[in-house]
Amino acid sequence: MRKTYTILSLLVLFALALAACGTAAPAPAPSGETVTVKETVVVEVTSSAPVVVAPTGYGVTLKTVMERGNLICGVNSQVPGFGFVDANGNFAGIDVDYCRALAAAIFGDPTKVEFRPVTAAERFTALQSGEIDILSRNTTWSLVRDTELGGNFVHTTFYDGQGMMVPKDSGIKTLQDLEGGTICVQTGTTTELNLADVMASLNVTYTPAVFEDADSTFAAYSEGRCDAVTTDKSGLVSRRSVLADPAAHEILDVTMSKEPLGPMVRHGDDQWFDIAQWTVFTLFSGEEFGITSANVDDIRANATAPEVRRMLGLEGDLGLKLGLTNDWAYNIIKLVGNYEEVYNRNLGPDTPTYIPRGYNSLYTDGGLLYSPPFR
Amino acid sequence: MQREYKPDTTIPFWRDERILKILGQIIFALSVLFVGMLIYQNMKAGLAKQGISLSYSFLKGVSGFDIAETSFAYDRNSTYWQAFLIGLLNTLSVSVVGILFATILGVILGVARLSTNFIINRLASFYLELIRNLSLLVFLIFWYLGVFLKLPRVKDAILWPGDIILTNRGVGIPWGIPTASFPTFRLILLGGLILTVVVFFALRAYSQRTGRAPLTLLWSLLTFVVVALVGWFILPEKPLTLDLAFVKGLNLSGGKILTPEFMALTSGLVLYTAAFIGEVVRAGIQSVSKGQVEASRALGLNGFQTLRLIVFPQALRVIIPPLTSQYLNLVKNSSLAISVAYPDVFYVANTIQNQTGRAVEMISLVMLTYLLISLLTSALMNWYNQRIKLVER
Amino acid sequence: MAINEPVLPPITERSNILSWMRKNLFGSWYDALLTILGAWIVYWALSGLLRWVFVTAEWEVIVVNMRLLMIGQYPLEQAWRLWLWLGLLVFLSGNSLAIWARQSKYAVLLLLAPALLSLFQVGAGQRGWLIGLTVTGLVGWGIGRIKPEVLKRSVIAGWVISLPVIILLTRGLSESETSFMPEVRTNLWGGLLLTFLLTVVGIMFSFPIGVLLALGRRSELPIIRWFSVGYIELVRGVPLISILFMAQLMLPLFLPDGWTVDRVIRAMVGITLFSAAYLAENVRGGLQAIPKGQFEAAEALGLSGAQTMIFIILPQALRLIIPILVGQFIGVFKDTSLVAIVGLLDLVGIARTVLAQPAFLGLQREVYVFISLIFWVLSYGMSYLSQRLEERLGVGIR
Repeated sequence: MRKTYTILSLLVLFALALAACGTAAPAPAPSGETVTVKETVVVEVTSSAPVVVAPTGYGVTLKTVMERGNLICGVNSQVPGFGFVDANGNFAGIDVDYCRALAAAIFGDPTKVEFRPVTAAERFTALQSGEIDILSRNTTWSLVRDTELGGNFVHTTFYDGQGMMVPKDSGIKTLQDLEGGTICVQTGTTTELNLADVMASLNVTYTPAVFEDADSTFAAYSEGRCDAVTTDKSGLVSRRSVLADPAAHEILDVTMSKEPLGPMVRHGDDQWFDIAQWTVFTLFSGEEFGITSANVDDIRANATAPEVRRMLGLEGDLGLKLGLTNDWAYNIIKLVGNYEEVYNRNLGPDTPTYIPRGYNSLYTDGGLLYSPPFR
Repeated sequence: MQREYKPDTTIPFWRDERILKILGQIIFALSVLFVGMLIYQNMKAGLAKQGISLSYSFLKGVSGFDIAETSFAYDRNSTYWQAFLIGLLNTLSVSVVGILFATILGVILGVARLSTNFIINRLASFYLELIRNLSLLVFLIFWYLGVFLKLPRVKDAILWPGDIILTNRGVGIPWGIPTASFPTFRLILLGGLILTVVVFFALRAYSQRTGRAPLTLLWSLLTFVVVALVGWFILPEKPLTLDLAFVKGLNLSGGKILTPEFMALTSGLVLYTAAFIGEVVRAGIQSVSKGQVEASRALGLNGFQTLRLIVFPQALRVIIPPLTSQYLNLVKNSSLAISVAYPDVFYVANTIQNQTGRAVEMISLVMLTYLLISLLTSALMNWYNQRIKLVER
Repeated sequence: MAINEPVLPPITERSNILSWMRKNLFGSWYDALLTILGAWIVYWALSGLLRWVFVTAEWEVIVVNMRLLMIGQYPLEQAWRLWLWLGLLVFLSGNSLAIWARQSKYAVLLLLAPALLSLFQVGAGQRGWLIGLTVTGLVGWGIGRIKPEVLKRSVIAGWVISLPVIILLTRGLSESETSFMPEVRTNLWGGLLLTFLLTVVGIMFSFPIGVLLALGRRSELPIIRWFSVGYIELVRGVPLISILFMAQLMLPLFLPDGWTVDRVIRAMVGITLFSAAYLAENVRGGLQAIPKGQFEAAEALGLSGAQTMIFIILPQALRLIIPILVGQFIGVFKDTSLVAIVGLLDLVGIARTVLAQPAFLGLQREVYVFISLIFWVLSYGMSYLSQRLEERLGVGIR
């Protein structure tokens, strides 16, 4: 009995010592005995001490990232092909590879990036508060997000449009056929708003079933909870490929909205914006000039075309102008690849999440990918 | 106090306990205020940087999104405020239905737990142990994805007796549709309600005057039922026509369609909370000492009378406070609706916050709402608790 | 302490199976009806469940993703650090069992659990570690058996320092990657590991705050009292999920420009603040149960107010409410799952990402049943152990 007493009084002392450093309440002055306990706590506190980052001002973000030694990138963890966790616990996807490219540009090492899965709800707050350096989470570029939500979109990395998927045997061919039906959609997205807009303008009444995350949305759809499911077409394609019977589902031939998806940075640091922007252009140009991770060393050794030479850091000090080293673009292509490589790795014909290139081809192939000149 | 016998030594003020106490409090209050101000300043500065000022005026804006379950007319042109109200009403309906059924099931479980029947007793305790050690969130998600969405599709719907249709699009139950005579019927019901209250108080006065214990509640309820039945039959047209749910194409139609989200949330909360209420009820009944029962039997009361007049009133006194906190838990736990896609107040507020970026306003509004519901519920239950205490003495 | 020898019933009440059945199953006609109904429910549930578990269910998803479910994305080459502190905990448990549960002969069998787990489909490395855990536990138990009295203090000290040790080992020492124990950032913590850490930190930090709040609520100083009452009622009036959202979305705004706090820490702060309010009410209940005479006696002995509280009142009050406290700690454990809604990859969060893997879509039942099982076993284990502890300490028997 006396022993319990000892345990408990020790616990209480421990408690008071913790409280003494934890709260503003006037607590009894720690006696000699409690000081030792207090020290063990201090270790804990340091481990959880707030990290100082400066979120705004020209050049501040790059400086912070360099000092920290890694890039913190807000990503999705639930969209196969764009951002998800594989069975080995590694992040994969086109948005994820963009972050790796950015890390390669800054550090010459694509592994120096910390992926932070953020929900649709918290992504903008996470960016505003400086918790993440860049948001690369299939986020649609829109005016409100560009202004009121405190961010700037860099160049689009994937052109998408909202689509609608239905079971083939339902006989639904147009949006009007969905009159009176139920449609699965994910909350907090532009998709949810577009759906309401489009259906209102078509004068179609429907019931939404609104889910918190992509997984639940498609789980519910595949169980037959809804007559249709809507999200970006890329998402529909990648999700259809992993449904039990992909052939039994059809993506309607309608595009309900434009969905340019791209990385987003905070307002107020133009240097960081430029770095993020030109990382995208390097991926595009790499494909345009036919530079791949396999042949980039050869090309760098033998390049004669002035623009290629400038891009790979042989002429013109372009990297220094961005605040990076001159081999930044070389590192991106060498360590991550060009746009085509990244695309094929995540969304190419050999992946379960195959999406035809479509608008996401080079302008020379009739697509929308067009990089300003490297000079 | 102890030092008063040493008047020659004046205590320096830094050791005078009275002054220290006041000083300590002032310092405490100041530091709380200071931290509060700091937080407020930081928040304002942070928001100002993004060009946002704290204001609730955005609630008047057009919401632009649709909501699945609405209790009044709502579409994408309605305001954020209306969306919020819809969420609030949904929360309230889940809470009321949930509390009602959780109480019934909880009482059954509590009694079953004390049953002398071995199987029933074991089943009840197994159920209590099973549920009480699960995480509600996991349970709800499982209940929704693993049970309600795994119900058959509409074309293979399960039919239950009582014209209940079970599908993964929802559960259809028969429902009454008001006819032309319904307003009259409603008046009759109102009259019945007044009569019921009169009967209730009359019987209670009678009980207090004579010391007898008539079945007050039963008789008053019976009054209401009789009035309702008479009203139902004397009206030329039936006030309600029964509308059965049926399968129409790929969807359910007619009757009342309860969505899988509503069903999963409500039944999940009921099954979970009932386990806790069962324990409360069991403890309450066991708290009445055996001597009370024996004494009442010795006085010649029969089993039912013992239960009604001796055990129940005493058990109720023990049961009410923990029962209140279980009710409050149910209301607060209904915020997990977000995990089963049911648009309760938390979920709708979350959507609004998502679409507008107004985190501070929406979270504080939601917290205030829950706080208000909690305070109202506990005020109500405290009032009831006081009442039964008075009756006891 | 009373000796609990079983008292045999009188001869007339000793029963054979038939009279037992008659008394307990078929006492009256409605009893019989209930029995048949109950038996049917048992049969129906059991047969369905067994068929599902052994025939229908596809457990491969669990086997393949065991690592994610247990430790999330914690780097495998650093996993030895987790095994190390797990070993410390098992060792201490072995010690404690030997010291405080001498009478319960079968308690030591608990230490065999890791070895039993190793019989399942696990990697060779893990099997070694699991068996090592059991050996460690048994060694600890053996040491505890030899010198129980001497060890008591050091075991208590061991438990007290185990939390900082766990955090330190999990997090690592230095940021450089080449060092002995490189830092593993919190975003890689996941699965059961994260759930466990959230729970432990939540409990450890809410305990002192809760005690202080309870004392504050009973304080005669009005400002302190109002503050405590306000805090407790405010927090108890809102759902945990709203507090977690506040911690995730609003806390960053509250901090000075340029300061950020790790989101795992933010969740820990939210859970701690929430749990502290409930704990305060429980502690207050314990304090109210202490008779006034105790205060008066302490004052008569010349103890100051703080001394009375720390040495006389709190130890008694806390002992009274041990069962309630354990109940609340189980509650914290179960409630940590809510962090999945704010996007943390705890057990539930990681389950969702596992379900997003193309190979395992639609296996919600398997994954969630497995997770429920983990929650159930751990919660039930905690409450079972606490009941044993109550019996040993005679709490609740007056």
